[in-house]
Amino acid sequence: MSTTVTSHRPRPPAQPESLRARRLPAYAAPVIAVAALALAAAIVYGASIGGPVLVIVLGAVLYLVGLFAASNAVEGRRSARNRTWSALIHSAFVLAVVPLASVVWTLVSKGTERLDANFFNTSMNNIGARDPNGGAYHAIVGTLEQVGIAALITVPLGILCAIYIVEYGRGRFAFAIRFFVDVMTGIPSIVTGLFVLAFWVLIVSPWFNDGRPSFSGFAAALALSVLMLPTIVRSTEEMLRLVPPPLREGAYALGVPKWKTILRVVVPTALPGIVTGVMLSIARAAGETAPVLLVAGGGAAINFNPFENNQSSLALYVYQQAGEASKYSPARAWTAALTLVALVLILTIAAKLLARRNRLSR
Amino acid sequence: MAKRVSASNVTAYYGAFKAIENINLTVEPKTVTALIGPSGCGKSTFLRSINRMHEVLPGARVEGSLTIDDQDIYHRDVDVTAVRRTIGMVFQRPNPFPTMSIFENVVAGLKLNGVRKKSILDEAAEKALRSANLWDEVKDRLGKPGAGLSGGQQQRLCIARTIAVEPQVVLMDEPCSALDPISTLAIEDLMFQLKDKFTIIIVTHNMQQAARVSDRTAFFSIEKTGDPGRLIEYDNTQKIFSNPSVKKTEDYITGRFG
Repeated sequence: MSTTVTSHRPRPPAQPESLRARRLPAYAAPVIAVAALALAAAIVYGASIGGPVLVIVLGAVLYLVGLFAASNAVEGRRSARNRTWSALIHSAFVLAVVPLASVVWTLVSKGTERLDANFFNTSMNNIGARDPNGGAYHAIVGTLEQVGIAALITVPLGILCAIYIVEYGRGRFAFAIRFFVDVMTGIPSIVTGLFVLAFWVLIVSPWFNDGRPSFSGFAAALALSVLMLPTIVRSTEEMLRLVPPPLREGAYALGVPKWKTILRVVVPTALPGIVTGVMLSIARAAGETAPVLLVAGGGAAINFNPFENNQSSLALYVYQQAGEASKYSPARAWTAALTLVALVLILTIAAKLLARRNRLSR
Repeated sequence: MAKRVSASNVTAYYGAFKAIENINLTVEPKTVTALIGPSGCGKSTFLRSINRMHEVLPGARVEGSLTIDDQDIYHRDVDVTAVRRTIGMVFQRPNPFPTMSIFENVVAGLKLNGVRKKSILDEAAEKALRSANLWDEVKDRLGKPGAGLSGGQQQRLCIARTIAVEPQVVLMDEPCSALDPISTLAIEDLMFQLKDKFTIIIVTHNMQQAARVSDRTAFFSIEKTGDPGRLIEYDNTQKIFSNPSVKKTEDYITGRFG
């Protein structure tokens, strides 16, 4: 009787005899990699079916298969799976970095040709198709002013809106705001451009321009604001929600009013994340072409006044130069693209440093 | 300085859920009162309704009357921030403000309520940190982040922060549950000292702690999950722990239930 009872008991998993297991030697992975690449090269060039790219792709696949097989044979199934997945995750990382590195490399290699003082000192005013000079001064001015005005409008508005949604918003009204912010996120930039064109340029601007509609940098800034606002609201909202409720309660319990708690405890705690969100939206706005093309007009001359007459921007300048029938314009386009990326990078780094000026954070 | 807190027929809700029902008790000035009872019996809810922290949660509300020296805490004209300045609170988990230094944390209550003068802040910070038995440990690194202290030090920092605004009543919601025995001892010693100046109400799951630190003990309990918590017995700590008059209290204290 007693034997049947014991046989029905669920068995505990088998205990390993020893805690040590057989391991592939450290040189195994590189050896397999070299062998896989060699095999891939032999197949690809032997059958002459492709070039170095195919060798690498095929080599990677062979490496994964070889690694799994070797590890499975020596170390067992669990280790083999672990190694294969690690290798896959690393390859995914490499795959993600390749386009980025490629973009940076292309920009730097092609953008340095016109990277000279003349490029940053002159505009495209009176530059003919046969003129090797010409620069993006007007476009840099335009980008800085348009994005700056757009940021002045959207950063306070966006952060206040997020604070409302997180800290005060209750019920239907807050839900409606969140919903429309979500909808706004999906608006294509050309549509915001058309909206500002129809509303600001064609209807409002004639009121203070002798009855004639007028392009302006400010109109572009308005269009960019519509694009930036939802990004800032959503990212700030997420960051504010991450601030632990006990911090708020700690401040309330000291008799600190709610608005001051938000201003002095909640927002400073979330600040690094908020800055990141703001910079993302600024980077996006700085790279927009369509709205600027539609409502700023994109002049060739330097115009410091964002409220009157045409302005250009770097993104628009790249677009125009890339389509120009001149053998000198592609170089200008590349340099402008490089300038734009560098500008956004510098702004981002500066903002991060500013947000970190608080000696306590990290 | 210390004031009397009394509750009559206090009932608190979270939305439709009634968390505590008809609590009546009076806490004398300059005493330590412990609230004990099984989890979910409404001790913390009652504690939080004393300084109107209960209503911070959406849908939460309190009925009945709570007074501090005969002033109605829930009167229509009462300024909530004034109530909370008078009745300070220390939470279960230490919650120093992460963007502030030790010094800034201690004077946060003063500074955020408009005290700017450096000399006043300096004096208040030292006084509060000394009362919280933390001064010697942090006096050389007041500019360092408050979140960099150990758990026990952080909790004493939070106590210092609370007493820096000179409240009359200090509420403590399981202040030692996240701490090791040595830090717990430090905080219990602290309570003995603070009793001279403040009225202290403490929620604790640790019955030895309640027996050690408190003068009076209130035992809360619930019939079953979903029922509101009720005050079962409220008496001198000595009596509650040696000769409780209600059977349920005795069962809880001797470990037969809860």
